[in-house]
Amino acid sequence: MKNEEKKPTAAELPAGGIVEAGTAAQFKTGPWRSIKPVWSKEKCKACMICWIYCPDASIQVADGKVTGIDYDHCKGCGICSKECKFGAITMEAEKK
Amino acid sequence: MVKPIFSKGKIVAKTGNEMMAEAMRQIAPDVVAAYPITPATEIVQIFSQFVADGKVPTEFVAVESEHSAMSATIAASVAGARAMTGTSSQGFALMWEMLYIAAGLRLPIVMAEVNRALSAPINIHGDQSDTMGARDAGWIQIYSEDPQEAYDNMIQSVRIAETAKLPTMVTTDGFIISHCMAAAEVYPDEDVKEFVGTYKPERYLLDYKRPFTLGSIEMQDYYFEHRYQLAQAQRDAKKIILDVAKDFKNKFGREYGFYEKYKMDDAEVAIVTIGSAAGTTKAVINELREKGIKAGLIKIRIFRPFPADEIAKDLANVKALAVLDRADSCSGTFAPVYSDVVAAMYANGVTGPKTENYVYGLGGREIDMTHIADVFKHLDEVAKGKAQASKTVEYINVRIK
Repeated sequence: MKNEEKKPTAAELPAGGIVEAGTAAQFKTGPWRSIKPVWSKEKCKACMICWIYCPDASIQVADGKVTGIDYDHCKGCGICSKECKFGAITMEAEKK
Repeated sequence: MVKPIFSKGKIVAKTGNEMMAEAMRQIAPDVVAAYPITPATEIVQIFSQFVADGKVPTEFVAVESEHSAMSATIAASVAGARAMTGTSSQGFALMWEMLYIAAGLRLPIVMAEVNRALSAPINIHGDQSDTMGARDAGWIQIYSEDPQEAYDNMIQSVRIAETAKLPTMVTTDGFIISHCMAAAEVYPDEDVKEFVGTYKPERYLLDYKRPFTLGSIEMQDYYFEHRYQLAQAQRDAKKIILDVAKDFKNKFGREYGFYEKYKMDDAEVAIVTIGSAAGTTKAVINELREKGIKAGLIKIRIFRPFPADEIAKDLANVKALAVLDRADSCSGTFAPVYSDVVAAMYANGVTGPKTENYVYGLGGREIDMTHIADVFKHLDEVAKGKAQASKTVEYINVRIK
């Protein structure tokens, strides 16, 4: 968000902290990741287990197949790597 | 003695718990999630029997703790359901974290709460320490003097909560009201149903066509605005509470406000208190009035939002008053009701009356007419300049030395 943005007042905000759905798409929530999943197209069988387990919807898919990782939102939790039965996702250290 | 007021009403003999359960059956919320705890167990026990017997279509969720009870109630409310629960004391304390979340998310949950002492030492009897501790949680707090008020307050609370978008708790004094049978008037199911109406949430999570996010994190730049909203919602709730009371009087005939004034018009000495002790105080006032002592009572019904301006105005002309708290703040100074009453008076420029604060009745300790009479006797002396008001909290009927 830009600093000069005028923020809504208490009178303008919806009660109870309601925000529209899907706003995470507007923010990069993954930069604090210390390890990252690396996907191997060759080893992937498109079983979609990683897509089911990913808590941040960061497994990118198209036409029923995995196409990559959304590093803007992946937090590096490693669940995809842990669940993959084919060794198609390995965790590697983030290089700064 | 309660007399029938509503043309279609029926006089019954019921305890506070029975009347609260009866109100819940008539309100017929979509979901009730609860866990038993003395002395509130009966409320949800009787209600769950209504569910089992098919007398109410509510989904009853028997959870494993009060933290879960409040969590499930919050979840049901967020999903779009009219949701209620009931608890007391330690169970209420276990809900603590979720109480603030219910208020922060602005969910119109209604809770039947029976006031009971908090451990330690463990004690199951009536005092108001539990809900007084949650006075800053953002919930509307409605206290009841007897089973009739408990019933009437429950019925009104649904509309108050849903209009104000604030969770609301209705309380009774443990055992003194929860378990003591009294004559009370119940109204026909269809009239209660008509009064509470149907719940139409503006937004709810099961409305999949209009998805939204609730309970998101807010940092330095947004949190404060939402907490301001909550505080403002309490201020705005005052009008809602009076509007609902007005509708209630028009429908059922019983009159309710922020507090009840008893012989206050010409009172020179007055007691301000909450709950069942008000009945004892009225009996003492009747005796004192026969002796020519102008005694009066303010019995607070709505403690949150606190009716500060109104109460200050109504206390402006007394010479001496005592606030009787059935909870102690352990703050080194004064108890909660006194603190709010005196702050309200000072802020409104009412500095004439001498004030006293008494803590009484902790853990169900007896408060009888002699204790109240002693308070009035002292107030009378203070009013006449024969005695000084204490600068600290005083205690009734406790062995100190």
